[in-house]
Amino acid sequence: MLEIRDLNVHYGGIHALKGISLTVEAGEIVTLIGANGAGKSTTLSTISGLKKPTSGQVLVEGEDITTMRAQARVKMGLCQVPEGRRVFAEMTVLENLELGGYHRRPRERTADFDLVYDRFPVLASRRRQLAGTLSGGEQQMLAIGRAMMAHPRILLLDEPSMGLAPLLVQEIFDIIQSINEAGTTILLVEQNAHKALQIADRAYVMETGKIVASGPSAELSATDEIKRAYLGG
Amino acid sequence: MEQVFQQVINGLSLGSIYALIALGYTMVYGIIKLINFAHGDVYMVGAFVGYFSMSTFKLGFVESLLIAMMICTMLGVLIERVAYRPLRNSSRIAVLITAIGVSLLLEYTMMYFVGAGVRSYPPLPGFLNGSFTVGGVVIKNMQLVIIGVSVTLMILLQFIVRKTKVGRAMRAVSQDAEAARLMGINVDNTISLTFALGSALAGAAGVLVGVYYNSINPLMGLMPGLKAFVAAVFGGIGLIPGALIGAYMVGLLETGVVATGYSMFRDGVVFAVLIIILIVKPTGLLGKNIKEKV
Ligand SMILES: Nc1ncnc2c1ncn2[C@@H]1O[C@H](COP(=O)(O)OP(=O)(O)OP(=O)(O)O)[C@@H](O)[C@H]1O
Ligand SMILES: [Mg+2]
Repeated sequence: MLEIRDLNVHYGGIHALKGISLTVEAGEIVTLIGANGAGKSTTLSTISGLKKPTSGQVLVEGEDITTMRAQARVKMGLCQVPEGRRVFAEMTVLENLELGGYHRRPRERTADFDLVYDRFPVLASRRRQLAGTLSGGEQQMLAIGRAMMAHPRILLLDEPSMGLAPLLVQEIFDIIQSINEAGTTILLVEQNAHKALQIADRAYVMETGKIVASGPSAELSATDEIKRAYLGG
Repeated sequence: MEQVFQQVINGLSLGSIYALIALGYTMVYGIIKLINFAHGDVYMVGAFVGYFSMSTFKLGFVESLLIAMMICTMLGVLIERVAYRPLRNSSRIAVLITAIGVSLLLEYTMMYFVGAGVRSYPPLPGFLNGSFTVGGVVIKNMQLVIIGVSVTLMILLQFIVRKTKVGRAMRAVSQDAEAARLMGINVDNTISLTFALGSALAGAAGVLVGVYYNSINPLMGLMPGLKAFVAAVFGGIGLIPGALIGAYMVGLLETGVVATGYSMFRDGVVFAVLIIILIVKPTGLLGKNIKEKV
């Protein structure tokens, strides 16, 4: 469903991605793990179109979208929840959600609202509150809810559990799993490798701009190297 | 007491003009963090468009106002497209210098075509020239027109920014342009729209000043542009309500100083108050302390 081929990305002189290739099949949860600065966020931003690659290709269902603009990618069902949530702090929860469904028709949106409020009841009760005044966990829910408003076929999540209390982390992972079960393909970037490997079908491990290991989550979790480097054992 | 009310009326008229200009400054700053020094000159162009529309083409006040707003809209969008957009990823100082360049270009291009001299607007039809007295306070009909037109336009702007889809997009881009792109918002078009709205208001201000003060020239944008910028900073640059409060404050302050007989100091006082406000509250009256972005 999503494929990237031999992607190279530079920030000025910094070679951030050095020939990355990966695939995500329809219906999968695939996780991308790795240390700080490995290039995980850069990979997601290149897929969503925020960052232009120097070479390589991004394909969605076989169609080359490497030069497509970010806003067009959203319309074709590619949606990124950025690192650090990035909710619009000075707008209400409702406005944030409306912006999530920016390219949808108002009539289609009513059903989407119900879906989001169903999954995140707290957002329904806070709809008139400014997003910047929500707690970290609520902001993360808003960021995910906002992405759901776009009706993505492929959801790119960048460290959704960052800075959340353990109980909330579990809740977010449950939600990710249920979004996936409802039919959305997911590419998940995580620092919490343990949890990510639990819910993912397959995983890629990145180190300084390269993919150094990949395979089914269960297999990867069992290898000594991964255990030592990412699972604290 | 009458004297006070008289100055309030005068101050509100002047403040309305500053408000129309200040809104463009503050919206553009809000969305691309640029102090658009050419903005005062868009206002000047608006005044000249109104002038030619009324004198050469013998059109009425309302038609001239609309035409000036339309042409300024196009001019604003063109300036952004040609001068600022190619510099989207350049340093802020580079864009600022470009803005000053655009300002000079507009001033001297206009001078080339119409000369440096002062021109006066043609006399207005009876009603607009009239005035009436309420309890000793003289109110010119034109003052009511200025305040009325300005307030109407401001309400319209507020409606667009607060209630419409494009307005939401504008606010989203000004808060976090990258996140806005992830929503599927076309950031370039949204920036164009911001220039369009700001320039339309400046064009309206130009025509209103033309009919009210009756004299226009190619450098007329300098001082009001600067004052409107001050007004925007007063209120907290980037904030629409801030620009409105700031503009009316500057207007009232200025007429107040003139009324006390110190008209030579009118600009000095305005800038002195700006300096004091910025010392006490660097982000302006309504500005919040700069939030850290993650
Ligand atoms: N805007 C930028 N300008 C310059 N260099 C950047 C920029 N963004 C990222 N980089 C560099 O690119 C590399 C990859 O960064 P990236 O943010 O993709 O890493 P990451 O794997 O997401 O890290 P983290 O886990 O800390 O979020 C790093 O060396 C980083 O310094
Ligand atoms: Mg990252």
